[in-house]
Amino acid sequence: MKALLIRDLRLATRAGGGFGLALAFFLIVCTLVPFGVGPEGGTLSRIAPGILWVGALLSCLLSLDRIFALDFEDGSLDLLATAPLPLEGTVAIKALAHWLVTGLPLALSAPVFGLLLHLPGPAYPWLVASLILGTPALSMLGAFGAAVTVGLRRGGLLLSLLVLPLYVPTLIFGAEAVRRGAAGADPGAPLVFLAAITLATLALAPFAAAAALRVNLR
Amino acid sequence: MSIWEYANPVKFMRVSGAILPWVVAGAALCTVAGLVWGFLTPQDYKQGATVKIIFLHVPAALMAINIWLMMLVTSLIWLVRRHHVSALAAKAAAPVGAVMTLIALITGAIWGQPMWGTWWEWDPRLTSFLILFLFYLGYMALWAAVEDPDSAADLTGVLCLVGSVFALLSRYAVNFWNQGLHQGASLSLAPGERMSAVYRYPLYLTMLGFFLLFLALLLIRTRTEIRRRRLAALLARENRA
Repeated sequence: MKALLIRDLRLATRAGGGFGLALAFFLIVCTLVPFGVGPEGGTLSRIAPGILWVGALLSCLLSLDRIFALDFEDGSLDLLATAPLPLEGTVAIKALAHWLVTGLPLALSAPVFGLLLHLPGPAYPWLVASLILGTPALSMLGAFGAAVTVGLRRGGLLLSLLVLPLYVPTLIFGAEAVRRGAAGADPGAPLVFLAAITLATLALAPFAAAAALRVNLR
Repeated sequence: MSIWEYANPVKFMRVSGAILPWVVAGAALCTVAGLVWGFLTPQDYKQGATVKIIFLHVPAALMAINIWLMMLVTSLIWLVRRHHVSALAAKAAAPVGAVMTLIALITGAIWGQPMWGTWWEWDPRLTSFLILFLFYLGYMALWAAVEDPDSAADLTGVLCLVGSVFALLSRYAVNFWNQGLHQGASLSLAPGERMSAVYRYPLYLTMLGFFLLFLALLLIRTRTEIRRRRLAALLARENRA
């Protein structure tokens, strides 16, 4: 398991692995929004929690098809499927690797992007906390979507159609936590829901994704 | 005698072919009668004539949710017992469900414009219906995208299971996200809650009519899918020979 994790992380961080792409995309989203809605500070700080979460979600989506596609193309996914490690474990490790190279950097660098969008001061810790709690769910659900579409030509577009509705609850609770933090209210309840969603996806998504992979490898 | 006998396509075709005319006739009768009766009901003291859209809106919304539930059950049957008719029934039901969701959304918008002063409001019930519509779209797109029919049935079955969990979760998440504008249940067993009998009985009739309509469409579409599958098998055999 550890070897697989290290392998995936190496592949992702090497040249051409797409590491940092999600961050750059996040930066572009945060740059484009003020052009779209106007640079006026009050408006920006009001919509910043939502924009930050939507941006994080979209940049996570961008890298999803890499979770299985490359291994599927060169056949190493077949090897992984016949390895002693259960396929559910493989899925979980690959989703973890995806989270480590996209979700975690996003969460840690989010305060900088919050600054760009005039996010109100008290919201910063809650922004980081909500992203750290919520992005694993995005990676797990994304792994499921990637597993379903891995064998398909032009699967990328279908992937976003399948995965984005699944992201709705995570987005609602994540943005709600940041909004409450920005308003000085207690963000405890949405954070607990966010943690619940993440734990539930951690428990269930590997099985769904492994089932989908078995179909696609058949 | 068990329900699993009808998983045999030959038996399913025979029985469904026999009952189909009756179902179609019942659907046409109940839907038309219910809608005409609903159209002739007196105007509501508060909502005026727009109250009559309820006879289209409520049955469509009811069917939209229950068709997804039916797809969940048939997907489970396919995944556990691998009866092809079950998977094909789920495939056949999806577009009907999507259209029912769309009818509920559109009639709701037409009703909402004069009543709430807006075509669209980000209200929990409206929003969760929009998300349900997206689930239907994703489900149908996946059926269309996978070439091997058994793989397509497996993948959409798994998607339907995961989607059901998240459709439910979204329903309560959007409640949390925004407080609603939409009124509560139109039909309730508590006497003070429910609407007057003038509207209730035509509504029951249209609900029955929409259910029969769905059943008729489902049978026709499932029969079409089975025939299409047979045709594909024949063509494959011809190509091999």
